[in-house]
Amino acid sequence: MSAIVHQHVPLTHPRLPRWAPALVGVISLALAALLGISLGWGPVGIVVVALLVYLVGLPVWSRLVENRRAATNRFVTTLVWVSLGIALVPLGSLLWKVISLGAPQVNGRFLTWSMKNVFGESGGIYHSLTGTLIITLIATIISVPVGLMTAIYLVEYGAKSRTASAIRFLVDVMTGIPSIVAGLFAYALFTLLFGPGTKIGFAGGLALSLLMVPIVVRSAEEMLKLVPDDLREASWALGVPKWKTILKVVLPTALAGIITGVTLAVARVIGETAPLLIACGATTAVNLNPASGQMSSLPVFIYFSYTQPGANPKILQDMAWGAAFVLIVVVMVLNLIARVAGKILAPKTGH
Amino acid sequence: MAKSIDVSDLNIYYSDFLAVEGVTMTIPARSVTAFIGPSGCGKSTFLRSLNRMHEVIPGARVEGKVMVDGQSLYDANVDPVEVRREIGMVFQRPNPFPTMSIYENVLAGLRLNNKRLKKSEADSVVEKSLKGANLWNEVKDRLNKPGMGLSGGQQQRLCIARAIAVEPQVLLMDEPCSALDPISTSAIEDLIHELKEEYTIVIVTHNMQQAARVSEDTAFFNLAGAGKPGRLVEMNPTKKIFSVPDEEATEAYISGRFG
Amino acid sequence: MSVIEQKAGSPKRRLGDLVFANLTFGSGLLILVALAGVAIFLTIQGIPGFSAKAADLDGHANFIAYVWPLVFGTLLAAAIALLIALPLAMGVALSISHYAPRRLAVVIGYLVDLLAAVPSVVYGLWGISFLGPRLAPLYGWLGTHLSWIPLFKGPALNSGRTILTAAIVLAIMILPIITAISREIFMQTPRLNEEAALALGATRWEMIRLSVFPYAKSGIVSAAMLGLGRAMGETMAVAMVLSATGIVSFNLISATNPSTIAANIALKFSDSTGVQVNALIASGLVLFVITFIVNFAARAIVSRGDVRNK
Repeated sequence: MSAIVHQHVPLTHPRLPRWAPALVGVISLALAALLGISLGWGPVGIVVVALLVYLVGLPVWSRLVENRRAATNRFVTTLVWVSLGIALVPLGSLLWKVISLGAPQVNGRFLTWSMKNVFGESGGIYHSLTGTLIITLIATIISVPVGLMTAIYLVEYGAKSRTASAIRFLVDVMTGIPSIVAGLFAYALFTLLFGPGTKIGFAGGLALSLLMVPIVVRSAEEMLKLVPDDLREASWALGVPKWKTILKVVLPTALAGIITGVTLAVARVIGETAPLLIACGATTAVNLNPASGQMSSLPVFIYFSYTQPGANPKILQDMAWGAAFVLIVVVMVLNLIARVAGKILAPKTGH
Repeated sequence: MAKSIDVSDLNIYYSDFLAVEGVTMTIPARSVTAFIGPSGCGKSTFLRSLNRMHEVIPGARVEGKVMVDGQSLYDANVDPVEVRREIGMVFQRPNPFPTMSIYENVLAGLRLNNKRLKKSEADSVVEKSLKGANLWNEVKDRLNKPGMGLSGGQQQRLCIARAIAVEPQVLLMDEPCSALDPISTSAIEDLIHELKEEYTIVIVTHNMQQAARVSEDTAFFNLAGAGKPGRLVEMNPTKKIFSVPDEEATEAYISGRFG
Repeated sequence: MSVIEQKAGSPKRRLGDLVFANLTFGSGLLILVALAGVAIFLTIQGIPGFSAKAADLDGHANFIAYVWPLVFGTLLAAAIALLIALPLAMGVALSISHYAPRRLAVVIGYLVDLLAAVPSVVYGLWGISFLGPRLAPLYGWLGTHLSWIPLFKGPALNSGRTILTAAIVLAIMILPIITAISREIFMQTPRLNEEAALALGATRWEMIRLSVFPYAKSGIVSAAMLGLGRAMGETMAVAMVLSATGIVSFNLISATNPSTIAANIALKFSDSTGVQVNALIASGLVLFVITFIVNFAARAIVSRGDVRNK
């Protein structure tokens, strides 16, 4: 090997000071604000321009003082944080809108009245709340046993068989079924069974269960896989049959995770609009019978109130925001329950 | 040219946990220095602090000085990226880039600084580095095949070729043979013998025979006690350490009475 | 029941075991039957729609002429949404996996989950009442200054309820799924490969380029396709935001916009009767087939990648 011709290589090269990004940030903002105020842009315009100045300014400075690689690195770092910012702006704006417009709508009357015989005044969303509750309950009652049993098959019986992989794969594909297609499926099925135009709560529940089952299967499968094999073997060694082992040992161990998964699945489908629009329609009155008659639900109520508000658009559109607020709160609470339940119910003798 | 490393009073922390305490040593240039000691005594941590690789773990930091060629590695204006170019590293398990060919693996480091490498230059660097790593004859006909297709020992030599392609001053090796069979191990040890002509080599090893075979100097690390930080017990020429060590603890470890 | 079998540790086949095993297997089959059922029932109810007359197809001569503009709109909106969401999702996923300190990364993860938890009808509400009007001035500017680009030919719609707005809302909605999958894959990059890059003197970005991206390539592709599938099937946000006329056009900011299959069904279903309903169901079948293919391909890429990486 030839001798390496290597001169004294400095480990240091000129570097931007630690406060360089902050300085460029302040300058960018000041520049944009100056331009923006003199040219009359809004705050959004100023922030966008400031970002652009920063995005160019910092790498150029780095290129001049440091080197090309450091400049690229700084540019990408900025891009990463900017994209995070861009992604979170809609979330903030949306939550702010829903809370500021929706929260004031919520009061006793709003939660306990229906829209039956309500004209020219604001009514309530009671009929939609009960509808959502009933439909989601039906979906849960269908999906949890089917989903859980399938997960048990995948983990305990099918394992790596070809049938199990096929089911696993198709369940994954099913998570991508558009929700409206699920609605059409329920509608088509009930039309074949009970004649055209059958829109009932049960159909909505069925449609939602089609969306919910794959989520339940996948989360339950993950949880069952976490149960250590030692536990199963210990139980078998005591002469307990496999099915009892699953019921008495495996499921209780995985219970916390399964409840978390089911709750998250409920949170996912409770806001679904399109399938319910198709499969159970809408009504202004309280309907507690899922086997007959159209049934209102929160999401469908929001949709119709905002897009077809009728003679008094202001009143109904305000109510739509109120209902949206209630819906978001319900979804958030469900997510919270899922996390808390997962922590509280987790087996104490865990890893 | 190869450089010596002067370490004085180095403490290494993971967040608040002091992992290695008060190490002072001089690692001579163009020579092989071996670090031995029981598991968890901080010898790998110390090695990784020599090219600032330990900082990759969040919360890791050091106190003290590491000087290479009169420059302190931990000065505020020193760029860790620059440090790692000058002080290369070979890991416990071979880690060629899985999607790259043998050829591209060797050039990976060079391509970072020099986007438009001429084909002829690239070819000569690849050949020189692979020859330097004693791998050229085995792979010259399949340079465009993926590096992952090689055997474990060949992969490790590919990683050494990749490290020397950027012409570093120092080569750090973190138990480079622990995942290899005896034949591959002996090939790597032969290679280390040749490489010390041009590089300062520091090698961490669990295998005391290996330390005895390849190194000029040996440093013995040990825990100061259960739950206490690791520290340098003694550093001496390998011959002395393996025959008449200064410290009782060193002798106990080498003769297999503990560890 | 042979003795050997029992010795091998497999528990005795009891009646309870047989029943239970078959019950769980039956559940698995039921899911497959349901999936097949979707195709079958949509086909049965859709058949009359395929041969529907112009009167039931909004004046289109036949089903193909009826569904083509909708397919076009579905693909256009989804493609734009993906174009916007993919780079953003890469950025967010990287911020979680490689840039943010651990605690901040957890918070970002929660926020992205929050983004995924918002129901689509609420996105629709936000899009129509807030985002659309805010974007209208931008569209006006594009329509005046960049009208030579066919995409921005205009004239710009004052309410901002254009296909571009719909696509932006879709992009926000598919961002979480693309982010979640990419983040998982980025985090799975072997530490050994990352350290190999860093030890060669790579900057953080060079390390990502050298060791993270090559490893994550197939995962990113499938994440993007899953996002695309979501965007194509998303209904309410588009139905609410878009002021659709159902034409074929690349003009993204005007008052005449293509519609999407899903939005078209949602908007027309309540007021349709007879064969009109069948035509809508038939279009739903088309959507099902398209999204099924996209999802199937995406999942196939993921599962193939799993095998190779292990």
